[in-house]
Amino acid sequence: MNHDPREVVALRHISKTFDGVRALHDVDLTVCRGEVHGLLGENGSGKTTLIKVLAGFHAPDAGGELEINGRPVPLPLWPGQFRRLGMSFVHQDLGLVPSLSVTENLLVGDMASRRSWRLSWARERRRTTEILTSFGLELDPCAKVSDLRTTDRALLAIVRAVGEIRMNTAGDESAYGLLVLDEPTVFLPTSDRDQLFSIVREIAARRASVLFVSHNLDEVLEITDRVTVLRDGEVRGTIDTAEASNEVLVEMIIGRKLPTNSIARAQTEAGKEISVDGLTGGSARDVSLKFRAAEVVGLTGLVGSGFEEIPYCVFGARAAAAGRLEMDGRTFDLRGMIPSRALEAGVALIPADRQHDGSVGSLSVGDNITLPVLDRYRSPLGLNRRRMRSDARKLLEQFDVRPPDPRFRYQSLSGGNQQKAMLAKWLQTKPSLLLLHEPTQGVDVGARQQIFQLMREAAANGTAVVCMSTDYEQLAAVCDRVVVFGRGRVARELTGGEITEERIAEQCYRFAEEHSGSHLDASGARR
Amino acid sequence: MSAGAAALGQRQRGTSVAQFVERFALVGAWIALVVVFSVLKPDTFATSSNFAAILGSQAVLVVVTCALLIPLTAGDYDLSITGVLTLSQMIIGILNTRHDIPVYLCVALALLMGALVGLINGAFVVVLGIDSFIVTLGTGTFLGGVVLWISNSETFAGISSQLTRPVVVDRFLGVPLAFYYGLAVVIAVWYFLEYTSLGRQLLFVGRSRSVARLTGLRVGRLRWGALVASGVISAAAGVLYAGITGAADPVSGAEFLLPAFAAAFLGATSIVPGRFNPWGSFIAVYFLVTGITGLTLFGIESWVHDMFYGGALVFAVTISQIARHREEHQTSVPDS
Repeated sequence: MNHDPREVVALRHISKTFDGVRALHDVDLTVCRGEVHGLLGENGSGKTTLIKVLAGFHAPDAGGELEINGRPVPLPLWPGQFRRLGMSFVHQDLGLVPSLSVTENLLVGDMASRRSWRLSWARERRRTTEILTSFGLELDPCAKVSDLRTTDRALLAIVRAVGEIRMNTAGDESAYGLLVLDEPTVFLPTSDRDQLFSIVREIAARRASVLFVSHNLDEVLEITDRVTVLRDGEVRGTIDTAEASNEVLVEMIIGRKLPTNSIARAQTEAGKEISVDGLTGGSARDVSLKFRAAEVVGLTGLVGSGFEEIPYCVFGARAAAAGRLEMDGRTFDLRGMIPSRALEAGVALIPADRQHDGSVGSLSVGDNITLPVLDRYRSPLGLNRRRMRSDARKLLEQFDVRPPDPRFRYQSLSGGNQQKAMLAKWLQTKPSLLLLHEPTQGVDVGARQQIFQLMREAAANGTAVVCMSTDYEQLAAVCDRVVVFGRGRVARELTGGEITEERIAEQCYRFAEEHSGSHLDASGARR
Repeated sequence: MSAGAAALGQRQRGTSVAQFVERFALVGAWIALVVVFSVLKPDTFATSSNFAAILGSQAVLVVVTCALLIPLTAGDYDLSITGVLTLSQMIIGILNTRHDIPVYLCVALALLMGALVGLINGAFVVVLGIDSFIVTLGTGTFLGGVVLWISNSETFAGISSQLTRPVVVDRFLGVPLAFYYGLAVVIAVWYFLEYTSLGRQLLFVGRSRSVARLTGLRVGRLRWGALVASGVISAAAGVLYAGITGAADPVSGAEFLLPAFAAAFLGATSIVPGRFNPWGSFIAVYFLVTGITGLTLFGIESWVHDMFYGGALVFAVTISQIARHREEHQTSVPDS
């Protein structure tokens, strides 16, 4: 194989299939020396899978090749091998220990490998300061990480990753390292991005290349030298950033030219109104929305734009800083909202994390779905277990959960059936407002259609259905109205003929940019 | 999809025998133990007086284990159960023998004390969000100190026969009534956990606080209530203990702590495997005591007691851990 000496990491013919579903197909990606390489794509386009192959987390299908600094490396990598190969990853969660100091966090890898019986903390602190200042960072080495600003935390994690690369490539003068930044800017205030970018350039200038994973076009255009775009698990092209423009990239990402306008959709007639006023919480800022009975509304935006906070704040699962909910002539202050009150008012929430927040996998399907309606089965002799079981069976049959056996362990169901069981659990309470967050995540294609159908039916029965998602195709398929968020605020409302997958995607990217002047508070970062 | 479900259904049918074995293995082991000892020691072990002694002697452990099951189901530890037990016994001992207060009033006060300790534990755990393990370890030890203080480290003998008669003197089918009280508590707790909505809610609170909260359960109140319940039931165990011994001593009650945990965890491997359940614990208590009694009849010293309970606790937790791993690995079915 002919080798270009400028290539640091070269992936060739990488495919990955999960249970018959192709997540990556014949992907090639090369990162050159001193380059900042952007990796762009929608959610589900395969970005994460590709990164996880590099990290040794996923084994790719047979036939893939990997070369690092010109040397072939057999795939799959074993977990942790990436370190020895001179790679390092910074993910959104940063991997820092908040309760420890800057010094401890920065030097933890170093200390683990060095055998020293006496640590001189004064010396370690001096070393920390040296390393930080060499990147133009001024941080107190004794400060606890939890006290740092979000941006400083991110920068610290990046500096640590670079240190790790250096340590592992120290023996070989010709070797370059690779720093992978996975969506590093999502939770950063706009004003601090420049600082991040200058560090990224600094790193690229020092024997390391950077793979910059993002879905923010502006950032990619500003910081990268070349960009590779993934769509549906395939590479749609690698181009020099200097030759790219917004329009070119959007077209590559969503795969079609934007249609100018299409057919008008029938407007839904107005029903009972539920309104949310002035909701502030998480990264959402002063959001006001109206939902109507018999309508399916989509809320969307890029990750971090604030739309995902809405259901949890309305339901009282997460504290809101301000806001009111009005429904059925009653007003609720969202600052003091708790789930039990929300449920009593007729709000139900199906969270995105089914395994953790939606259900107890180790208990039976029947136990899980009857939990909200236990009071129906009270009798003088205690709960009527027989009726609970027969009702649960009827409900599971009605929602086409397979197998419709209430004694079946919940975690043994497939993703689609788990979600249908969740819909059964909540729709039997006849909620006035049903909030769904990423309802078809981890669900197979057939069940996906059924879930859409169930959402439409719920709306037809008079429930206001709200669907939070970044899956534009899903929103286009099921929603009567789509609200696009940008930078924590409602940016645009799409109705009728505007509701197409392309249009929604374009609006999401557009508003991430148009509002980039507005300031996103550092405290907007999640947990 | 349907193929996957069918395969799974088949596997479930195939494992129903294995499930039966898992559910009743402990019962079988207990019966086997009884048979073996009866054959080997027909004169001392296989006597009705020995069986009556085995059944009657463990009522306190059965009740205190039932107390522990409630917070464990809700996902919290309660290590103050034996502190409450000892203090309850001591309240009856002192007030009844020294101050001649009617024994029923003493019992009422003891139960009230149990509720109060549960309220205090709950306040720390729920309101201040402190780990239940730490809080109850502290309050339990604190109560032990209170007992030594109020008793001046003395034993108070001569508790009124109004208490001892209905507990240990009167018998039904040759077995002291204490055994039936224990049985009654087992039935009550079983009924509570299985057939009341509070019991079901408690189960979800213990499995996932997040799911419970998002389904509208008042997680804090439920956990608090569970700790109060365990306080009251532990105090009742103390009443039973005072009735059985007819006296109150400041130290022996603490020896119930480890056996209670051993019985609770070993019980969670049978009858309803994977769940803390009173019937499983009931079997576990008698399985352990049968083994110990049998071995002591062979002349093995009483230190075997500690070894048996300590070993059983680690063994039980290991078994349930292995079962859980196995479950997690075999159950995810891909969409097809």
